[in-house]
Amino acid sequence: MISILRTIGLTFLHMFRKRETIQYPEEKVVLHPRWRGRIVLTRDPDMGERCVGCYLCAAACPVDCISLQATEDENGRRYPEFFRINFSRCIFCGYCEEACPTYAIQLIPDFEMAEYDRQNLVYEKEDLLINSEGKYPGYNYYKVAGLAAGIKAKGEGDNEEPPVDIHSLLP
Amino acid sequence: MAAIYIDGKAYEVTPGKNLLETCLTLGFNLPYFCWHPAMGSVGACRQCAIKLFKDEQDTNGRLVMSCMESVRDNMYLSVNDPIAKAFRSQVIEWLMTNHPHDCAVCDEGGSCHLQDMTVMTGHTYRRFQYKKRTYKNQYLGPFINHEMNRCIQCYRCVRFYKDYAGGKDLDVFAAHDHVYFGRAQDGILENEFSGNLAEVCPTGVFTDKTLKEHYTRKWDMTMAPSICQHCSLGCNIIAGERYGELRQITNRFNGEVNGYFICDRGRFGYEFVNSINRIQQPLIRSKIPDATDKQSLYNHLTETLSNNKVIGIGSPRASLESNFALMQLVGKENFYQGISENEAQLMRTVLSTVNSGHIHTPTLKETESADAVLILGEDLTNSAPRLALALRQAVQKKPFENAQQINIPSWHDAALREFAQQEKGALFIAYPTQTKLDEIASDSRYISPDDIARLGFAIANYLNNTAPALGDMDDDTLTLARHIADILKKAERPLIICGTSLCSEAILKAASNIAFALGTEDKKASLCFVVPECNSMGLAMMQAPSLNRAAEVLKKGEADTVIIVENDLYRRGAKKDIDSFFNHCKQLIVLDHLHNDTTNQANVLIPVGTFAEADGTIVNNEGRAQCFFQVFMPKNENLRESWRWLDEFRQFKNGVSREDLTTPDDLMAEMVELMPQFKGAETVAPPADFRIAGQKIPREPHRYSGRTAMLANINVSEPKPPEDPDSALSYTMEGYKGMPPAPLIPFYWAPGWNSVQSLNKYQAEVGGPLHGGDPGKRLFPENAVTENAFLNNISPAFKPSPGEWLLVPLPHIFGSEELSIYTPGIAQRSPRPYIAINKHDAANLNISENDIMQMQIKDQYYYDLPAKINDELPNGLAGIPFNIPGLGGIDWPATGILTKAAI
Repeated sequence: MISILRTIGLTFLHMFRKRETIQYPEEKVVLHPRWRGRIVLTRDPDMGERCVGCYLCAAACPVDCISLQATEDENGRRYPEFFRINFSRCIFCGYCEEACPTYAIQLIPDFEMAEYDRQNLVYEKEDLLINSEGKYPGYNYYKVAGLAAGIKAKGEGDNEEPPVDIHSLLP
Repeated sequence: MAAIYIDGKAYEVTPGKNLLETCLTLGFNLPYFCWHPAMGSVGACRQCAIKLFKDEQDTNGRLVMSCMESVRDNMYLSVNDPIAKAFRSQVIEWLMTNHPHDCAVCDEGGSCHLQDMTVMTGHTYRRFQYKKRTYKNQYLGPFINHEMNRCIQCYRCVRFYKDYAGGKDLDVFAAHDHVYFGRAQDGILENEFSGNLAEVCPTGVFTDKTLKEHYTRKWDMTMAPSICQHCSLGCNIIAGERYGELRQITNRFNGEVNGYFICDRGRFGYEFVNSINRIQQPLIRSKIPDATDKQSLYNHLTETLSNNKVIGIGSPRASLESNFALMQLVGKENFYQGISENEAQLMRTVLSTVNSGHIHTPTLKETESADAVLILGEDLTNSAPRLALALRQAVQKKPFENAQQINIPSWHDAALREFAQQEKGALFIAYPTQTKLDEIASDSRYISPDDIARLGFAIANYLNNTAPALGDMDDDTLTLARHIADILKKAERPLIICGTSLCSEAILKAASNIAFALGTEDKKASLCFVVPECNSMGLAMMQAPSLNRAAEVLKKGEADTVIIVENDLYRRGAKKDIDSFFNHCKQLIVLDHLHNDTTNQANVLIPVGTFAEADGTIVNNEGRAQCFFQVFMPKNENLRESWRWLDEFRQFKNGVSREDLTTPDDLMAEMVELMPQFKGAETVAPPADFRIAGQKIPREPHRYSGRTAMLANINVSEPKPPEDPDSALSYTMEGYKGMPPAPLIPFYWAPGWNSVQSLNKYQAEVGGPLHGGDPGKRLFPENAVTENAFLNNISPAFKPSPGEWLLVPLPHIFGSEELSIYTPGIAQRSPRPYIAINKHDAANLNISENDIMQMQIKDQYYYDLPAKINDELPNGLAGIPFNIPGLGGIDWPATGILTKAAI
């Protein structure tokens, strides 16, 4: 009996507290920068595609909702021929972002993706690619990778010696 | 057996092996780089360090490289000793100081031995702060990509390429920490086994360039055990698919056949499967539009098959199932082999010899340990490449065995080569022109096919004087014959190799005589036949009449409708004859996967699956029946196995009801019942209802990705995965995760071992057979079934006849095979049409190199060909590249008239 009255009392007191419910969509939710929402593909500082088609995001995805095909341009730079995320399957776990060695795939603070037709939740590369470096400005994978792919020549990357002269026997 | 103690636990092991392979056999995860089970140890990478103790009391021990230490009785060692572990992880850390940050864009990633070993030793964090070494790359041709930055200097590539495969153009340059593995200058890697570098290299320096065109990680491929379709040796392969396209071929270990290596034609010749030249829909050419659906095809066929007299033409590149299904459809008496009478006669000779039971048909593995070899009329590098690689090992066998007298163990590669120097075992070659194996041969003779046979008969006669003798033999040949005969007689494991590529029955008979003469009651001599195509042997075993008989039947009007299965008849005979063959048939029904000259003639054309879209059994040159399994279910449901179509057509003809149609297992059982010579072929692979713990074997690795997205662009609701009623494999990643039976291994993977090196977990003993025995079933009888009788087919010595040249077909590894030529890289490496003639003949005709010559084959076509002056080819012989594009439609053997073309 006492506990029932106490509960009624507590509920009554809550009427004077600050409201948690917000009037969405008129009022927008405050989302923090690391909030895991809609997935995007970002670009390099030179505005080239960051994704190198390494398939690690697809392998990390616990619901297998990412599929892509890697291809190469004439300089040997890898990029995805197609990149598809089935958001009707995505659980926004962020493993793909964690797996990405080039900071290409990023989860951004946006969840407003509702659709009437489930088919519209299948995002292709055109839907995913944004004109921004996202959360990691200034990073260019090809500058730190050994491969020469049109971004820098062999030996010109960060932390690289100039190419070995194989005709020399000097130490 | 020796007793050794690893970390205090006792094990019984085979003495004589090295400690590394012993530890791997026992299941220890010991990292290594430079050691390779087929190439032995050199102790270069310092990665496989373990602690070795003096005796039970010793607690300090010393570090040794396990690959350089022989197993002895009563050894005490420790794999998990903290000092040994620290040493191994430091070695990796050193290697990684210069290894680029490339894995994301490296084709090796996900099947990389270096990745696996780095994880295995626990090196995770880069402490080295300084700069990384870089190299410039080279262009190495259409097959292999070069990215030298990734190199860890294990020397496996040059050891394989130079020492094992006999390549000349890959080497190590520069010094100290600048060593460079590549060619002296950019250019195509010449060796026919260069593709193996992609598997031999523990990291991504050498990778498969054809895979790069449509790159897919190993974990994303749907893979199935398969058999190479590009020559008669039947090498085991793994074929991988993604998005409905065949992406990669890798070696599948079979200890008795190909072992660890396959040739470049087998590895890169797969792109015909993805060709735009594929037949996609059934066509009925009398209708408009000609592309049709299954139902109207059936209606059309019901009429055609029930009202006409039908004959069937089989094919040496179609599976046993497909050929048998055709035989069942048209009836045994109406079934013909799709090969010329000449070739059929050669195959009959081969079969009668192997079925006599008086010779031993060696496995490919056995040819590697022959100590004296005689090759009669085969250019093996071009007609059976993997066998040429085996012979390169065979000639080293004897010198290596001698090294055991001074106690050099058989795995000690560097010491063995130092000991052997340039010494080689006996290898004799008789062929009309030079072959690549000449460089390792003790003696090679460039003589005409008839003279090759005569040499063979002379050897046989010298070995056993009851064998037919040559009346007129010049002294030179006689001395050679005696010399070869003496060496063969002395050898413990002599091997005779001959084949059909010169279209000479006499050579086959001469080789058989040598083998009969060499063999004794208890020890039969080894005789290896090289036959034309992947299932030539299987087709020959069906003992059907040849294409020429079928043409006669058509001409007489005894039949008017022909069904051809997977066979381009224009490669089988003279164009004129094949044209007349087609003119005589009222209805031509062709089942094939690629458009070609024969399918152009078809009234009804039916698309079928290639080896990647079909299950089947083929018989290789040693009579080994082997199964290949469907790799993926094509999106196009018209692409079905030939046998499935043909089996269904039975309902229109013989009154078979739909319910009685068969699964491949039934088909094989039926076949064995009707043709007991195939007994055993039905047991090659476990049946379709085989399960382990109630589960099928998955074709996809457990980390297969993108299942819910790859088809989402078509429909967001995922379709049910395709089912496979024909085999114990499933098209999904779900299923039994443990060790599959040897014939059903779809890919190699073990925890911690993602690369091909995980193979050691699948072997009963490292480098030895797979668990449960190597797959395949040999069909030839081992016991004598007929009287041993020498064959007689001695022709007179070859004399050039004025104005007429004997044309010899010269096979080419890249170009001569029908299907592999669809790979752009192979087409690039294929020779342009040419005619090779001797320099004296050329001088007489006033021809110089690259002049255009006109060749006329008796009442066949004219060919204008650029001349290639050849010093070795005997006078009166002209070499023509065999069946390369533009040079088909010749009825072999042929003679021709050569003239200088008027310009």
